[in-house]
Amino acid sequence: MKTENYMNLEFPSKSANESFARAAIACFAAQLDPTLDEVGDIKTAVSEAVTNCIVHAYPDSIGPVILRAKILSGNVLDIVIKDRGRGIEDIEQARKPMFTTGGEERSGMGITIMESFMTEFSISSKEGKGTSIHMKRKIVRRGGKK
Amino acid sequence: MNVTSFVQDRQLTVALYGEIDHHSAREIMQTVSEKIDLYMPLRCILDFRDVSFMDSSGIAVVINALRRMNTLKGKLLLQNIPPQPYKVLRAAGIEKLTEIREGCTK
Repeated sequence: MKTENYMNLEFPSKSANESFARAAIACFAAQLDPTLDEVGDIKTAVSEAVTNCIVHAYPDSIGPVILRAKILSGNVLDIVIKDRGRGIEDIEQARKPMFTTGGEERSGMGITIMESFMTEFSISSKEGKGTSIHMKRKIVRRGGKK
Repeated sequence: MNVTSFVQDRQLTVALYGEIDHHSAREIMQTVSEKIDLYMPLRCILDFRDVSFMDSSGIAVVINALRRMNTLKGKLLLQNIPPQPYKVLRAAGIEKLTEIREGCTK
């Protein structure tokens, strides 16, 4: 698929940047003319991924979070969220709904939400090297567009 | 995060406001817990009318409040949930754990 537009961002894993990442992806996605529901889904998925970097990748330190987004031909938003943190020991376990190592403040629903709110979802991780999440969301083309 | 609340006849209503994410959830959770502990209500209502965004951190806020109300043998009720938070809560099956009223029916 042809890349029609892209953007790359890097920011430290500070929790104040969760809302920044959501706002940034919503602005970038705006050119696809998404519905409010579609923007809501995309913001939620990005929020979950960035939160995971902050809570799990760098539990006791601040490290870089990379957010890359592309617009692919066919009205598809392609998002990569990467960190260079400690990685995930057991991905299968991490994907299970309600599983968390984050304690009472976390629900264990982050990955489940990313999977169900996006059209495509994949995750790769190497212990001690970092985690990368790749998601795609097709935006429905609506009538009345020029 | 500003949380406003009022109590009447042992019913506590807490109006949540703004964006509920990992950054803001801890404070919200603490505030809700403190209010429940202080007023010991029979019924606690969380009102989501002014919540502009919520991710899975909000699920933990609801579950925490539910746990506290269960220890008091009281009820938790969620109301006025906009579509985006509602979808997140439904992904976790919250509607099976607590009563939702005047929520989005989508």
